Amino acid sequence: MNVIAAMSGGVDSAVASALMVEAGHAVTGIHLALASTPDASRIGSRGCCTVADANDARRVADVLDIPFYVWNLADRFRADVVDDFVAEYAAGRTPNPCVRCNERIKFAAVLDRALALGFDAVVTGHHARLDAGVLRRSVDVGKDQSYVLATLTDRQLGLAVFPLGEMTKDQVRQEAARRGLLVADKPDSHDICFIADGDTRGFLGKHLGARIGDVIDDQTGHVVGQHHGAHGFTVGQRRGLSLGVPAADGKPRYVLSVSVADNTVRVGPGEALEIGFIRTGAPVWHTDVAVGEPLDCIVQLRAHGMTSPATVTPYEHRTEIALHRGQRGIAAGQTAVFYGGADADVVLGAARIETADRVLTDTSPR
Amino acid sequence: MTYLDHAATTPMLPGAAEAMAQQLGAVGNASSLHASGRAARRVVEESREAIAAALGARPSELIFTSGGTESDNLAVKGIFWSRRESDSRRRLIISPTEHHAVLDAVEWLHKHEGAQVCWLPTDSHGRVSVDALLACIEEDPDDVALVSIMWANNEVGTVNDITALAQVCTPFGIPLHTDAVQAVGILPLDVTASGVDALTMTGHKLGGPYGAGVLMLSTDVSATPLSHGGGQERDVRSGTLDTPAVRGLSVGVQEAVVGRTERAARLAALRDRLVDGIQAEIPDAVLNGSPVDSVVAGGPGRLPGNAHLSFPGCEGDALLMLLDARGIECSTGSACSAGVSQPSHVLLAMGAEVERARGSLRFSLGHTSTEADVDHLLEVIPAVVERARRAGLSGARR
Repeated sequence: MNVIAAMSGGVDSAVASALMVEAGHAVTGIHLALASTPDASRIGSRGCCTVADANDARRVADVLDIPFYVWNLADRFRADVVDDFVAEYAAGRTPNPCVRCNERIKFAAVLDRALALGFDAVVTGHHARLDAGVLRRSVDVGKDQSYVLATLTDRQLGLAVFPLGEMTKDQVRQEAARRGLLVADKPDSHDICFIADGDTRGFLGKHLGARIGDVIDDQTGHVVGQHHGAHGFTVGQRRGLSLGVPAADGKPRYVLSVSVADNTVRVGPGEALEIGFIRTGAPVWHTDVAVGEPLDCIVQLRAHGMTSPATVTPYEHRTEIALHRGQRGIAAGQTAVFYGGADADVVLGAARIETADRVLTDTSPR
Repeated sequence: MTYLDHAATTPMLPGAAEAMAQQLGAVGNASSLHASGRAARRVVEESREAIAAALGARPSELIFTSGGTESDNLAVKGIFWSRRESDSRRRLIISPTEHHAVLDAVEWLHKHEGAQVCWLPTDSHGRVSVDALLACIEEDPDDVALVSIMWANNEVGTVNDITALAQVCTPFGIPLHTDAVQAVGILPLDVTASGVDALTMTGHKLGGPYGAGVLMLSTDVSATPLSHGGGQERDVRSGTLDTPAVRGLSVGVQEAVVGRTERAARLAALRDRLVDGIQAEIPDAVLNGSPVDSVVAGGPGRLPGNAHLSFPGCEGDALLMLLDARGIECSTGSACSAGVSQPSHVLLAMGAEVERARGSLRFSLGHTSTEADVDHLLEVIPAVVERARRAGLSGARR
């Protein structure tokens, strides 16, 4: 195959590219320049789009003896990922920008461009297995990234290659070291790549402005504190509430809900976060399902969250999820990913969470 | 491999490489007083004289530097600082199509040293007019520290009438610096006759070595040094002279200038065939810059080896990559910051839209270019453009 390898400058995409070269494919390395401001692309920022990262990727490409180019997708990234991130928070939801970036940038803008330029597929260093179009968790469950890939369509997955799914992160590092790649012991990137200092609330405050509002105790209805903008809060959050009035029972309080419309944040005890029923937007299915026909599966509701057995009922442009085990801190805007198969590691489908309810409708396994 | 990027750098002439290699084996600091030092000094001074003769300058006017960027910085910052100190002048008159070595030095002076910048308007070919320069100077002649206008543009190849522009400056006693990196060895150029006070040139664009250049600086104009030290070059530029590079530079300049007329004619003919061939295959391709047959001050109005074209609907990056994969090397001609291509400031200054600026390529021919190079490009360009067009449209789709 003649493939594009998206090279972030990290160890995963380096080894993914190396494996493709060694398998005899014609590989062209691409580093995506995603930062809009030159400052954000300079040293000091975390994530995967600094100049130093581009240079690391270039050095790996040199060692692999493959062509290497930088594609500037900053405009697309700003419009499709960063602006969306801000708009979602402004609407009181909690987006996952990595899911969005995979949907709109890596497996859309980059993939489309690659195909038009005559390439057959896009290779990335994601930790996930992809065999004959079936997306599965990585063998390294701790590093598994199938969650952020689950909303890709079958067409997108059919044009993607994830060479690392059968390897643990440790093995990836060993393979990099064995090939003399200098990124072998480069630390993993964390956090949101376009928020260089990791201060998400500060970033949102800068984009959305501060607006003082009330923090309300959900049980008593009393105002227990003030905040600088409801958009800065996410359901399940405990830290940073700065409440003036202690809870009657002395237990910690969590954000239960966020209303951007009236700029209020409602707080309450951890138990009140327990969610049993979820409605989602339009799903992507990788398996045959029938409208109205309930499906038992394992659902994951956050990128690094716990899983829960659940019954999912697909409808025309939405789904309903009844969790068999209550989950805390479920936020609208996150993605629900459905897993099945003998080892519950096959991605069956995914959809974006719209509302979450406390009611545990049906806890008995079907 | 088909190398069509001579404006970025051109292969060293065999004579220059040989002379340089020979000198690398010799010991001697040109500032030392003993026999080895005198031998090195002799090489440096003979080289200086030979280069001065080739450029029509006096040997005492030439300062050896590390290349174009240093020469430009030394001229712009050095002359600005000197004239600000001597008579409080603060204005810089600059063409917006300059190389970043001039532009960024000017921006820096503006930001950190209180320089006021007057940007000259250019026409749609990127050329500065005598009238525009005069108007800019007359706004406040006594406050002008320096005028800097490039001899020939590195991206689109447009040649300025530097002699006429220098004549505008002379009555006001304002020094004119010109970046002639692309002009030396390919255009008719005589420093003294042109009337310029400072001129930048570099070795690796004409068949000399990398990392070796010259600032021609009139002995009537003083410049404050950028770096301080032994003051080896007229107390304006410090650092042990790189004798092998200076010797290689001297041979390169001489050979380039001696063969200039014949080579310029040969490259212009090749370039014309390249442009005609592309426009025959891709009728909507636009040649940016001065027309191929334009004339300035009796010489070419466009660098003979330069073909800079926009391909509507294409991304320059995509074209470059597709050509690279087929063994053809060229440039998007755009400023490359952090490996990220930006729309060319030169094309934007010429009034081009961002799309046209993004969809452009620079092919530049040099002393090793052949008919076969042009044939190879013409053979692959239609399919490449068609493919890039599809990718360009896919990039626009949301």
